[in-house]
Amino acid sequence: MAKAIEIKRLNKWFGSYQALKDIDLNVSHGERIVICGPSGSGKSTLIRCINSLEHHDSGEITVDDIELNQNKASIAAIGAEVGMVFQQFNLFPHLSVLQNLTLGPTKVRGLSRSEAEERAMRILERVQIPEQAYKQPSELSGGQQQRVAIARSLCMEPKIMLFDEPTSALDPEMIAEVLDVIVDLAEDGMTMIVVTHEMGFARRAADRMVFMDKGEIIEMGAPKDFFEAPKTKRCKTFLNQILQH
Amino acid sequence: MTLRTFSILFLCLLLAGCSSSGTWGWYVIDPTTKQGYNNIRFLLNGFGATILLSIIAAVLSMCIGLIVALPGMSHNRWLRMPSRIYIEFIRAIPLLPMLFWVFYGLPVVLKSMGINANIDAFWGAIITLAISDSAFTAEIYRSGIQSINKGQTEAAKTIGLNYSQTMRYIILPQAIKRILPPLANQFIYIVKMSAFASVIGMQELTRRANELVVTEYRPLEIYTLLILEYLVLVLIISFGVRWLERKMGADESK
Ligand SMILES: Nc1ncnc2c1ncn2[C@@H]1O[C@H](COP(=O)(O)OP(=O)(O)OP(=O)(O)O)[C@@H](O)[C@H]1O
Ligand SMILES: [Mg+2]
Repeated sequence: MAKAIEIKRLNKWFGSYQALKDIDLNVSHGERIVICGPSGSGKSTLIRCINSLEHHDSGEITVDDIELNQNKASIAAIGAEVGMVFQQFNLFPHLSVLQNLTLGPTKVRGLSRSEAEERAMRILERVQIPEQAYKQPSELSGGQQQRVAIARSLCMEPKIMLFDEPTSALDPEMIAEVLDVIVDLAEDGMTMIVVTHEMGFARRAADRMVFMDKGEIIEMGAPKDFFEAPKTKRCKTFLNQILQH
Repeated sequence: MTLRTFSILFLCLLLAGCSSSGTWGWYVIDPTTKQGYNNIRFLLNGFGATILLSIIAAVLSMCIGLIVALPGMSHNRWLRMPSRIYIEFIRAIPLLPMLFWVFYGLPVVLKSMGINANIDAFWGAIITLAISDSAFTAEIYRSGIQSINKGQTEAAKTIGLNYSQTMRYIILPQAIKRILPPLANQFIYIVKMSAFASVIGMQELTRRANELVVTEYRPLEIYTLLILEYLVLVLIISFGVRWLERKMGADESK
């Protein structure tokens, strides 16, 4: 079976600064990957390349056998399979929660309003905030907003979900409720790449850990090996730093 | 504030006029006399043209401005450049020369291209005002749209919205609150600049005042009334804008 995501010798420059260096990464269907690494190591850039929020400069990205190139059709085809959740939620503040969720399904997937609302309500149940459907995003707590953002992605029925530090902007007491939703998705078999420093979550949900530094993948392995016996010094130092908190 | 300052100034002028007899001659626009009444009617009849001219020019300017602004924000240099050139070029042309060029020059250009179009004063003024103003409205759109967080565009993209859907459902509804107040200011600007239409013979407020001055020879009174006419017009728009801003502000805090 083809891989969910195949990345080969991916390079990305911002001007003269190389943000990604020869990245190779394969993700199987149903696999849960957690990426960690120091600030500026290129974690966001990597997952943003996968759903073409950034254009890569060289290398290959293949999602579900579709090769990503400058071609609009490939970008749209891959975009339809990949959902993304941002650190800052990025909900549409002028739309109600329900409208945030139904916009994509009605305008992009061509669902009728009632079909889209039915789907939205089902997914709001799943992220456990059905009672918030008619509120504005600004009326919700951070944890609730992030769950709406996850629901908004799920309404597009993606095969792969990308999370870019989904809990970094949250107050500590709200982190768990968001992570629970992500774990629930993971247990359901969703293919996902999660950039996070929540190591408890990583132990619980990850199939594979990826450690990045300075635009490179330094280390990769099963959580058990990764946490207990990191191979590189950089990784050891990093783990010590974040586990101290 | 403006109203108070102005009324004080106006009263001073008026009183000064009374003290030294012979400088003021309000009879030209005294509604109790037949001649004064007719004169006032003649002057006030210019409102229709000024308002119509301003509204059509403003609407056109808003449309052209948007068409110019959108490619101006593209990542593609070849889309961005024409927009930039248009804005810099149009912004540099003073209104009056542009008005002359459109009114006297454009028909010749069109004729040489085989189009026999006669541009009358009304449309000449509208085209000039709209084009000249569109450079400013384009900049207003640009700053309004760019003030919306980039995360909004990215989120829209990840749920599959294309460019025009993103603009229509996500960006413009949010940007409009920041765009409308400065656009309304531009409308006031257009109303005032529409006075230039008088020089190509458009029968609007200023033209009528000029014509009456020629026959009546009372420039002070007639131009004073003219200024008041614009003042009323602009104040009405300003109040409208305040109301609109308050209404949108209320929406925002909802
Ligand atoms: N649009 C951009 N223009 C220029 N440089 C950028 C841009 N985006 C990212 N970079 C640079 O690329 C490098 C990698 O950035 P990236 O956001 O991927 O890091 P990160 O691992 O996600 O870090 P963080 O943990 O802080 O989110 C950083 O040095 C950053 O300054
Ligand atoms: Mg990041």
